[in-house]
Amino acid sequence: MMDTPGDLRFATSHEWVRVNDDGTLTIGISMHAQEQLGDLVFVEVPETDTTCDAEDAVAVVESVKAASDIYAPVTGTITAVNEALADSPELINSDPYGDGWLFSMEPEDRGAVDSLMDAAEYEEMIQSEE
Amino acid sequence: MSLQTPLYDAHRAAGGKIVDFAGWQLPVHYGSLIDEHKAVRKSAGMFDVSHMTVVDFSGSGTNEWLRQMLTNDVNKISVGQAIYGCMCNESGGVIDDLIAYRRGDTDFRIVVNAATRQQDLDWFGQHLPANVQMDTPEGLAMLAIQGPEAVQLCSETLREHIGARGDLDDLQRFGCITLGDWFVARTGYTGEDGVEVVMPASAASDLWASLFAVGIVPAGLGARDTLRLEAGLCLYGNDLDLQHSPIEAGLAWAVDINDTDRQFIGREVLEDQKLFGAPHRQIGLVLDSRGVLRAGQVVEHVGREVGVITSGTFSPTLERSIAMARVTKEIKGGCDVVVRDKPLPATVVPVPFIKNGEATFA
Repeated sequence: MMDTPGDLRFATSHEWVRVNDDGTLTIGISMHAQEQLGDLVFVEVPETDTTCDAEDAVAVVESVKAASDIYAPVTGTITAVNEALADSPELINSDPYGDGWLFSMEPEDRGAVDSLMDAAEYEEMIQSEE
Repeated sequence: MSLQTPLYDAHRAAGGKIVDFAGWQLPVHYGSLIDEHKAVRKSAGMFDVSHMTVVDFSGSGTNEWLRQMLTNDVNKISVGQAIYGCMCNESGGVIDDLIAYRRGDTDFRIVVNAATRQQDLDWFGQHLPANVQMDTPEGLAMLAIQGPEAVQLCSETLREHIGARGDLDDLQRFGCITLGDWFVARTGYTGEDGVEVVMPASAASDLWASLFAVGIVPAGLGARDTLRLEAGLCLYGNDLDLQHSPIEAGLAWAVDINDTDRQFIGREVLEDQKLFGAPHRQIGLVLDSRGVLRAGQVVEHVGREVGVITSGTFSPTLERSIAMARVTKEIKGGCDVVVRDKPLPATVVPVPFIKNGEATFA
């Protein structure tokens, strides 16, 4: 359980979601996901103010091995993106839950996050995948 | 069923992420492909290559036989030297690429790829004459120690482990030496200086531990691929296959037609291609924009499909994507590669992409 911060929610596609004090959500990919991908070399983040539906592909992370789509966990509007990733995609590998955050969004429905997995359920999911 | 090399436990202990490669459980990396790649370019890394196939040939007919079987001419190497070449079929298609090490006048060691082991052994077997003996020794391990500081860092350790007063100091690039049960060659697959060491399996983990202790960095299959591609080296299955000739993979230099009496298998087709042109040629590409070129992506020139990427990756040294492609026509300057449905502009550059740690192009 050490890898998975208890305060986050998770999508089945390995994105994590943090609910911020102001109700916005910050999204990144999990430790497990970055391990599977290996060294990341390019990251394409969305533009701020774009709207997206839950499960829309909104970002791309590319490792030496493969490119992977990142999906919006809920419907909403992008409010911020992590500009540091353009020059330092490896932040996602070294600090996936902190400095490696991908983007923030204002959810259309503040309760939507509750239907995502909690840390324990996510841990269980990745155990069963191995 | 997946096989393990004698170094499997060492890989796990070093944090290796194990994947299946040609039926073997091998580390793709030990935490960071990019760190491992940079270590090899800057100082030294070590690769477990025990999965590769070692085949020994001896007997009075060996020299002449290998001159029939290989595109490059083993007459060019003396005892204690190695040569790179291809083994082709009658149509000039590549069965494998390999290095042949001359251990005596009629005594050779050949190392071929793991993925083509059966194909290669069958082909050798089908063509083996009565005066050549073939042996596929068991119970061996093989380690490649590569980087500008590799030889300096590992020499003392190797001497201690081999326990023989071998003249490792005199080992030149592309040289090789047999020391008891050990075999050391100054060859590699990274574009750097270094050695490849064949040893009894029982000696492998101790050697690994000693090399680790002197600062040689464990490096996995991922870094092996980014290193070899930067160095412009072919990978069988990607850049080389049965459907294409070595000429079409930029290996005309390894097809020696100088001796008109040397009728090696595939000569007719390859000589014709070498003199008059082949259906395809190999080019190097670099992507200036973000993105990673990958095998299978289509290459377009002036809106028309002209070929395909055979090997592509991200180059940690150049910090952009590079690729080798097989195309039907000569392209100068630029072309497009269709990456995830979008044509991205790429520049044609010479292969290898780097030399002595720097780009070969502006």
